[in-house]
Amino acid sequence: MAASETAKDLALRHAFGNVLSFFILVLIGVLAFSIRLFSVIKYESVIHEFDPYFNYRVTQNSCKGKKIMLVEEEAVFVCYLCLEEEVDNELIGNVYCSIIGIRLTYVAGDMDLLWFQFLTKNGIYDFWNWFDDRTWYPLGRVIGGTVYPGLTLTAGTLWWILNSLNIPLSVETVCVFTAPVFSSIAAWATYLLTKEVKGTGAGLTAAALLAMVPSYISRSVAGSYDNEAVAIFALIFTFYLYIKTLNTGSLFYATLNSIAYFYMVCSWGGYTFIINLIPMHVLLCIVTGRYSSRLYIAYAPLVVLGTLLASLVPVVGFNAVLTSEHFASFLVFIIIHVVALAYYIKGMLSPSMFKVAVTLVVSVGLVICCAVVAVLVALVASSPTKGWSGRSLSLLDPTYASKYIPIIASVSEHQPPTWPSYFMDINVLAFLVPAGIIACFLPLSDASSFVVLYIVTSVYFSGVMVRLMLVLAPAACIMSGIALSEAFAVFTRSIKFQLPSLSGVSQVDAGNSDSGSAATTQTEAVKADKIEESTKERPSRKNRKKEKETVEKPSVKSRIEKRLLVLPLESSVIALLLLVLLGAFYVVHCVWAAAEAYSAPSIVLTSYSHDGLHVFDDFREAYAWLSHNTEVDDKVASWWDYGYQTTAMANRTVIVDNNTWNNTHIATVGTAMSSPEKAAWEIFDSLDVKYVLVVFGGLVGYPSDDINKFLWMVRIGGGVFPHIKEPDYLVCWRIVAMLSFDRICCVIRDGQYRIDSQATPTMLNCLMYKLSYYRFVETDGKAFDRVRRTEIGKKYFKLSHFEEVFTTHHWMVRIYKLKPPKNRIRGKTKKSKSVRVHYLFSMTRRSSPLLSHNSSSLLSICCFHSLFGRKLAQQQAQKEVEQERIPGIKPIILETVVTPGLCNTYFPNRHDDRTKRLQSLLIL
Amino acid sequence: MANLSVVLITTLISLLPILTNSFSPESPTDRRILVLLDDFATRSSHSIFFNSLQNRGFELDFKLADDPKLALHRYGQYLYDALVLFCPAADRLGGGLDLAAILEFVDSGHDLILGADDASAVVIDHTSYAVSETDGDHTLIASDNFIESDVILGSTKIEAPVLFKGIGHSLNAANSLGLKVLSASSAAYSASPKSKLQSPPALAGSAISLARNNARIIISGSLDLFSNRFFKSGVQKAGSSKKYERSGNEQFTTELSKWVFHERGHLKAVNVRHHKVGETDEPAMYRINDDLEYAVDIYEWSGTRWEPYVADDVQVQFYMMSPYVLKTLSTDKKGVYYTAFKVPDVYGVFQFKVEYQRLGYTSLSLSKQIPVRPFRHNEYERFITTAFPYYGASFSTTWDSRIPEDVAKNCRQYETGEEQNLKALIWAKLMGKYATTYFRDSSPLRS
Repeated sequence: MAASETAKDLALRHAFGNVLSFFILVLIGVLAFSIRLFSVIKYESVIHEFDPYFNYRVTQNSCKGKKIMLVEEEAVFVCYLCLEEEVDNELIGNVYCSIIGIRLTYVAGDMDLLWFQFLTKNGIYDFWNWFDDRTWYPLGRVIGGTVYPGLTLTAGTLWWILNSLNIPLSVETVCVFTAPVFSSIAAWATYLLTKEVKGTGAGLTAAALLAMVPSYISRSVAGSYDNEAVAIFALIFTFYLYIKTLNTGSLFYATLNSIAYFYMVCSWGGYTFIINLIPMHVLLCIVTGRYSSRLYIAYAPLVVLGTLLASLVPVVGFNAVLTSEHFASFLVFIIIHVVALAYYIKGMLSPSMFKVAVTLVVSVGLVICCAVVAVLVALVASSPTKGWSGRSLSLLDPTYASKYIPIIASVSEHQPPTWPSYFMDINVLAFLVPAGIIACFLPLSDASSFVVLYIVTSVYFSGVMVRLMLVLAPAACIMSGIALSEAFAVFTRSIKFQLPSLSGVSQVDAGNSDSGSAATTQTEAVKADKIEESTKERPSRKNRKKEKETVEKPSVKSRIEKRLLVLPLESSVIALLLLVLLGAFYVVHCVWAAAEAYSAPSIVLTSYSHDGLHVFDDFREAYAWLSHNTEVDDKVASWWDYGYQTTAMANRTVIVDNNTWNNTHIATVGTAMSSPEKAAWEIFDSLDVKYVLVVFGGLVGYPSDDINKFLWMVRIGGGVFPHIKEPDYLVCWRIVAMLSFDRICCVIRDGQYRIDSQATPTMLNCLMYKLSYYRFVETDGKAFDRVRRTEIGKKYFKLSHFEEVFTTHHWMVRIYKLKPPKNRIRGKTKKSKSVRVHYLFSMTRRSSPLLSHNSSSLLSICCFHSLFGRKLAQQQAQKEVEQERIPGIKPIILETVVTPGLCNTYFPNRHDDRTKRLQSLLIL
Repeated sequence: MANLSVVLITTLISLLPILTNSFSPESPTDRRILVLLDDFATRSSHSIFFNSLQNRGFELDFKLADDPKLALHRYGQYLYDALVLFCPAADRLGGGLDLAAILEFVDSGHDLILGADDASAVVIDHTSYAVSETDGDHTLIASDNFIESDVILGSTKIEAPVLFKGIGHSLNAANSLGLKVLSASSAAYSASPKSKLQSPPALAGSAISLARNNARIIISGSLDLFSNRFFKSGVQKAGSSKKYERSGNEQFTTELSKWVFHERGHLKAVNVRHHKVGETDEPAMYRINDDLEYAVDIYEWSGTRWEPYVADDVQVQFYMMSPYVLKTLSTDKKGVYYTAFKVPDVYGVFQFKVEYQRLGYTSLSLSKQIPVRPFRHNEYERFITTAFPYYGASFSTTWDSRIPEDVAKNCRQYETGEEQNLKALIWAKLMGKYATTYFRDSSPLRS
């Protein structure tokens, strides 16, 4: 009778627990959604930025730094205006240091929105076949074949469903809220996954953690309409279904798993992570002897169906079977079949027969395997990159990109993260993860080994690319959820075990009862506190803890073993307290991150100074100018970072954009930017470019401007067009010249990138420098660059082939127009002597990677020689040697240096023709 | 006094090519020319030249170079379509007219004839001078070294040599817009006859030039080239026994003036059209491998009306960074040029480009942008031969899947009725064998 009562009680508790966890999940969803709304509440409904007809409003009577509220028909703008003319210099002087940098997610979002609009207008087939002739001029871009359509289709479906339910939401609204909605769903998926691994408690904790993790928030705030928003959900859900299949061995879940994988492939290029991680896990299971038919069910259908489905996505297509990223899965597919066969045969045969069979099969199988592997290797080796795409290679070899693919290395998202970014993005989870890993080993199951593998690989990948922190975040949440939940379980169990009132059975030591009852009151007080505290912070957490206690109760059965795990009451209470504190700290951090760090729309920059917040809205100003003042068919050239924005917001054709599919084209633009004006003009003219847009932060101290990105343009341009050489743009800090007899043995290049008077002439004459600093000296008279913290090298110059047509309020965006070719051609130009010397000078620098900046002393000697004869040159040489700043170099410049043989000393064995030319010039 | 003219001339030479749209295709006959003279004597001494212009319908407005009321434009409109500067002696022009104003006049598309004269440095040629009784210093040159171009000098060959006396020009080889119409022999040089020889020898003659906007300019180092005296005088070239009654000057200058005032060699291209073969409407976008037809009308101004231009060397490019297709256009002799070709197997934003640049003719530069898209997903071939084995595989698999039915039939012999249920049962067994099995023996790892 008692037993049946207990069973009833148990069932009731279960039911109660289920209802409770349901509500907790709902609350977690609400939390995940609402924490991402800061951007909409604090700023405007972000999508307004992308409205091509955005009305740029400036209230005339606004005063500096004051907060103005404008009530519009539909939205509340909170504008901080600092647009008064007279305050500028002083104001900007105070502001420049702390501008929050641009985030690339938004940049990508622009185009997604365009595509989405296209989709809702034209339908899925037109979207699929859409050839966009307004980007990548003149190559164009096949949108359907180069874009991951998941996000667009998801939002399109949402919009369609809502509309067919007669909920008339605009396209923009759906876009803004897609990401928050999907983060809620992702949180639920995390719950499911963690529940499969470690039970409901861990699931709820993990879900709550994921709902708030800053790394994920950064990609999914309202208005951030980007692939990752839905891809993270797809990732987690695919993993969940895999684990579910693994736990149940159900074909139903296996099929669902393939479909989830298909959705992931649609959504994000990161799907390769799944298709490599799962085979790794399968292999791990096989190697550790955990093969089971469940494993087979979980894996084999995924490979077959998943690959078939993946190749249906146009952007993947045949890559699903051709590129090395997918080979691991096929290899493991073969292996698992061999293993399955082995197990099957083992079941059929007697042990002795089996041994015979094994020897037979192994010998034959080895031969076949070798053959297959050889063929595969040959296939793979025949492709230049060994079949791996650049991004994947840079994952495996972190130095690969910086060595070979500047275009990948140039993206800040692809750089290795710094330690602070770990703390910023996953915060306390970083400390909880190890505990979670340990918990996963107690005991180790297939599922828990999977999450361990997941966390290990994602930690590695996030260490390679800061962008992949996003993949790490769910793993960290799951691990931390497990850790927290286990810890809570242990501590609460210890407390419960030592409280006679709760234990109900007289198994507790009498000796403990005194202290136990004392502790009860204490614990209750603590609990009350805790509940209060967490009500403030996060209602869901309180519920979860309660729920956990109820869940733990039935496990009291195995009290005797557990008794060994019991911790002292006091330390349990304190540890609980500390854990709660830790959680509170996490919550505070997450809310701060969501509200401050990640809510600002990237296109509007804000900056705090002592007199308040300042808004830099130069980007929209520039794009608005473009859309209102240029012809519809005009082509605008800029560095590719601004391509999507220009297309989406200014509605003008661009040459290159953020979809960096064509390196050569980008290199062409990079080359133009690195070339002198005339050459640049010719390049741009050949691309029919009318306007050139550069981003310049020197006036307000906006650090991610084009001058700071310029070296990448040089590198990318130089990668394709070898006449652009990076050393030409770098200042050689020291020239260590050991002159023995008539030879300079070595020159150490300690390249410095600078734009002040020490900069190389190539740098000072390149287009990017000129377009950035044109008329800059007029701002403060000194041309002080606030980003580089220096005065620029060349202050007064004119543009011959470009004319300035627009510069935004804070000079952050400058737009130039290509001048038409001259109506008349000039006749002869006479070459004077000085010109020739100048030519010599510049040519020497250009032609010799050995000689640059500080070799200017040598060069000046050179010039002296050519101008005034040998004697004067020698004197000059002596002077230069005396003035040589670097200690430790023997001042030996011999007579021979300033003889016509000079060139030979500079170029012992190289540049023969150039040497001759130089010589002839030197002799004059 | 001579200073200014020297400056003016040298500057113009150094800026050689200039051209614009003084010529308006809408009202091409309405031509007013401002002629600036040092004194009105020039008007009579060059009357043949001026009369030929007036006879051709030009309205000449003679003004003194230092006339203070000189004005090229009023209220933002140019008063003249062309300018003839026959005032080498003028120190400065009246009415605030200066070099910049004249350059601007040309830059805005108007034509210019510039006659210069200066005694300090003239062309001397000791091999092809004109034989005369008085002139002993060989500065009067007889040249028959013309530019070979029917469009500039007319189709009638100029038989007699042209008399020239004046300043030489040299032409920058890099200048693609300047042309040498009349050249001296290679033995000619420029020097002051009264002083020592200067080096290097320069070429002599009239240079003409086109600006990019098709304004036309003649620069002549000799004002006498246009004078009645040279028109009428006979000529005998040194070393040649043939003596001509009249020099070639009249024909030469007349033909040249026809060219410079756009009575010849002015082309227009209009009505660019293209469409798919078999259609008439112009598409917004082509697909790769489409067949298309392209046509354009080209006319030449005859002085009175537009006439079809006939040539066999007009080419169209289908261009995206480089020409993918280059086709010579056929003409129907009525001004229509047309061709047909297949769009290359490359997608992108292409341009139809006609770049027609011929000596003396207006340069035609047309481009029309047209995107080319790849195949749509449903435009590929539906069934391809190489895939037949796979089709076979599909069908054979389908055939295999009939086996359960056979089994079902067999079973039916033993169990009557309920065929549907049986089938379902067997299906479930076959399909769910693994699933059910493993459901049973796999314990969820939740514990």
